[in-house]
Amino acid sequence: MHTDDGQPSQASPCYTLSFKRLGELFLLLEDDGFQIIGPTLQDRAIRYERLKSPDYLVHGYVDHQKAGCYHLEKQGDLYFGYTVPQDSWRRHLQPPKETLWNVKRSPSGFDFEENSDDLQTKRVFFGVRPCELRAIEIQDQIFLKGNYVDPHYHHRRDGLFLVVVHCIRATSTCFCTSMGVQPFCSNQEDQKSHARPDLALTEIEGQFFLVRPGTHRGAQYLNRLELEEANPEDLEIETRLSQVVQRDLKRNLNLNQDHLKEIMDLQMESPYWNEVAQRCLSCANCTLVCPTCFCSTTEDLVSLDENTTERIRKWDSCFHLSHSYIHGGSVRSSVSARYRQWITHKLVTWKEQFNTEGCVGCGRCITWCPVGIDIRSEANRLRSQWRGES
Amino acid sequence: MATAASLPEVFRVLSRRQETQDVFTLEIAPHLAGSEKVLRFLPGQFNMLYAFGFGDVPISISGETGQVDHWIHTIRNVGSVTNGLSRLKEGDILGVRGPFGTSWPTNQNEGEEVVIVCGGLGVVPLRPLILHLEKNRARYQTIHLIYGARSPNDLLFTSELHRWAQTFQVEVTVDHAPLGWKGQVGLVTRPLKRLQTNLQRTTAFLCGPDIMMRLASQELLERGYRADKIYLSLERSMKCGVGHCGHCQLGGHLICRNGPVFQLDQVIHEMNIKEL
Repeated sequence: MHTDDGQPSQASPCYTLSFKRLGELFLLLEDDGFQIIGPTLQDRAIRYERLKSPDYLVHGYVDHQKAGCYHLEKQGDLYFGYTVPQDSWRRHLQPPKETLWNVKRSPSGFDFEENSDDLQTKRVFFGVRPCELRAIEIQDQIFLKGNYVDPHYHHRRDGLFLVVVHCIRATSTCFCTSMGVQPFCSNQEDQKSHARPDLALTEIEGQFFLVRPGTHRGAQYLNRLELEEANPEDLEIETRLSQVVQRDLKRNLNLNQDHLKEIMDLQMESPYWNEVAQRCLSCANCTLVCPTCFCSTTEDLVSLDENTTERIRKWDSCFHLSHSYIHGGSVRSSVSARYRQWITHKLVTWKEQFNTEGCVGCGRCITWCPVGIDIRSEANRLRSQWRGES
Repeated sequence: MATAASLPEVFRVLSRRQETQDVFTLEIAPHLAGSEKVLRFLPGQFNMLYAFGFGDVPISISGETGQVDHWIHTIRNVGSVTNGLSRLKEGDILGVRGPFGTSWPTNQNEGEEVVIVCGGLGVVPLRPLILHLEKNRARYQTIHLIYGARSPNDLLFTSELHRWAQTFQVEVTVDHAPLGWKGQVGLVTRPLKRLQTNLQRTTAFLCGPDIMMRLASQELLERGYRADKIYLSLERSMKCGVGHCGHCQLGGHLICRNGPVFQLDQVIHEMNIKEL
């Protein structure tokens, strides 16, 4: 589909999909039992929710994001003129709160029953950005590729229909290319990659989409629509769009990953951590908007008659004091230790734990930090401090 | 091959014994009537024990290894879940997931000397190893067992200690003792300082509070023992036991998956960083 530098390649079939035909695609998917989830407007931000038809898509908005600031503006004619929303797809694969199992008292003791409500629905994620696709792949690595599979994640992930939309704009918090992600999805046909999009779209000037299949299933839907092949002029426009977004990303602050492990390892006891702790509120916002964060805790809800117990799993955050609590107290009792845990995990130790990156460069943690702490600046500061020392 | 992180299995309490004021031992077996399930575990591994309505916690298995028909768990009542577990009586039901984690190596070090250092409840995950060494006593050279506890009343497995003292070099020390205590008082590092074993051919196994393991491994390293022959069992908060909840991180390690038993050289860097 696309070469490694993120440029669209001419080799694979590419079709033109008008907004009207997109409606037909939605109908085909719904007829096959899929529920479609995509970007919607909510509380002056974009959130991923159920889409009954393409008419519910956000239209004519661009976003402005910077450290500690998110702003949507009505402007232009694009359906995907904004970048990453507040929300991430993580919420739909690992809900913030879910019941894992129920325990009921029985004459002989008690019985455990797996909770499988809400796990059977087939779903389409419509409007997945390339960085978000990478985030899904990272979570797959944690929940599906280790020694143990999480059955709830597996049910939600299995058969998921992924529609990627390429980025034609970057906001100031975007740094995907630093983390090895391209705003135009590459290697869609790479068999090794688990999270392949079924379809990949590029929006052309608010007029229509270019669409390429990434899987056989995706190709079958396009065949059923009998779309026209894209013409060379449109492919040229697409190439130009991809160059514009690449240029914007180059201008953005980047996160240099060279020697990061060494840099962090040598500065684990640096006074820097106390300094950042003066700014950090330990509010956990960064972990809640992060598309790769996966920490969870559990809670048992007992009925009033004490005959049933519901085992709840909830999102947790390494910024909470309770995260590292063992008898006698919390291991990471200071904010400096908790911030250090978060950034070293995202950028270094994640790779040792799961053999993948922990960050996709979506920039949500920067935008939604109430005091505007920027992971790129913090990593770069540790780097310059290290240079000064070495 | 990946297996599904499953529901707890229903187990029944065969017996409950109070060991000390706050420590108790449960013997548990699968609840299903007529089931003669063989339970397997390796010394040093742990189970997630679930008390109805309270939740689950990681608890090491303290019985003899090999194929057994029941599991033994020795537990200190320190929090809400262990309090829930402490209320269980003979015949009561609990949930079990496991066993999980890495184990104490038992065959690489045959023909060598062994040093076991345990502090407080740290003797529990070491007990399956101690029982293995006792059973196969002839395969090892001198075996040293150094056991520290808060006070004489906190010592666990005292009758076994007497038995072990017949074939092992056992040294017991307590932090504070009442009048009449004739044993040692002080940290486990004190008897460690007197240790006379072959530096190259000694394997050490440590388990206890973080600070004890840090001081004991420091002492062993200073004495010239090999970091790759020192093993320790680490503890962190755990919610899942299967590498999914993120609670048991220690730098690049997930303790439920890469541990709890580590070689000292795998974790020495992390152990020396405060609040990691």
